[in-house]
Amino acid sequence: MTNEHSEKEHIIGYGTYVLIWLVLIGLTVTTVSISGINLGNIALAVALLIAALKSAFVINIFMHIKFEDKIFKVFIAVALMTLLSVFVLTAFDVFFR
Amino acid sequence: MNNHSENFEEHVHRDDFGAKMGMWLFLFTELLLFGGLFLLYMAYRLQYSHEFHIAARELNIGIGTFNTIILLTSSMTMALSITAMRLERKTLSLFLLASTILLAFGFLVNKFFEWSAKFGHGLYPGSDVLLDKPRGEYLFYGMYYAMTGLHAIHVIVGMIILTFMFVFISRNSITSTNYIKLENSGLYWHLVDLIWIFLFPLFYLMR
Repeated sequence: MTNEHSEKEHIIGYGTYVLIWLVLIGLTVTTVSISGINLGNIALAVALLIAALKSAFVINIFMHIKFEDKIFKVFIAVALMTLLSVFVLTAFDVFFR
Repeated sequence: MNNHSENFEEHVHRDDFGAKMGMWLFLFTELLLFGGLFLLYMAYRLQYSHEFHIAARELNIGIGTFNTIILLTSSMTMALSITAMRLERKTLSLFLLASTILLAFGFLVNKFFEWSAKFGHGLYPGSDVLLDKPRGEYLFYGMYYAMTGLHAIHVIVGMIILTFMFVFISRNSITSTNYIKLENSGLYWHLVDLIWIFLFPLFYLMR
């Protein structure tokens, strides 16, 4: 219980946010440059991977989840896994119909 | 002063943890809302892969990239604004929040010009130009307008919420010890950014 309180007090410094912003801009430039190259079938996978990486930074740092209670992480993981399985199942259905 | 306000807070029921949890539960419903559209996008794209690629060539990568950078920057200023508030830098916090709102407005201005150009070329839902195109291309534009449109509505709502937060800070109803409203608004704003992070490669970066 005391642990909960100490985590609440955590303040992310200005520098960290600026650093994460630079990383996000870098990833954006990367994904735009890569889209110019003809990667064929894996182009979509690469673009989505970079988007997922960017999201991880936004969720963990900007949305502060890295420093929140475990219950938030569990909730988010369950929500995202549910969404992912719905996508995979639907993709199979459309693909093999 | 500080001691006094802390004593005061003991009497007023306040549950920041619960408030934040409630906000996240709301964000999950947003995930469902957009998730459904992304699901439909995926199904159409699997069916009409070739037409989707042809239709996507019409989109302006430059504006798309520029808007991505604007939203990422606004997400940063939002996060910085909360840190400033917690460090009792009220003026800085207000300035950063105003920057966030301004960047959001910039995003919408770009969107306006982007859509105007599309409309100018006769590319809008139900237009003769689009109805003459193959079904897959028509569906691509349907998804494009529905998803970026719904996202733009979220940007507008975000601007309204952040404007309220600006007023709350200036009236001292958000303080360095009571900032959950600002934090939850920030979460909403980051979600708007998150959705765009996926919309951008799925619509603009298909070449």
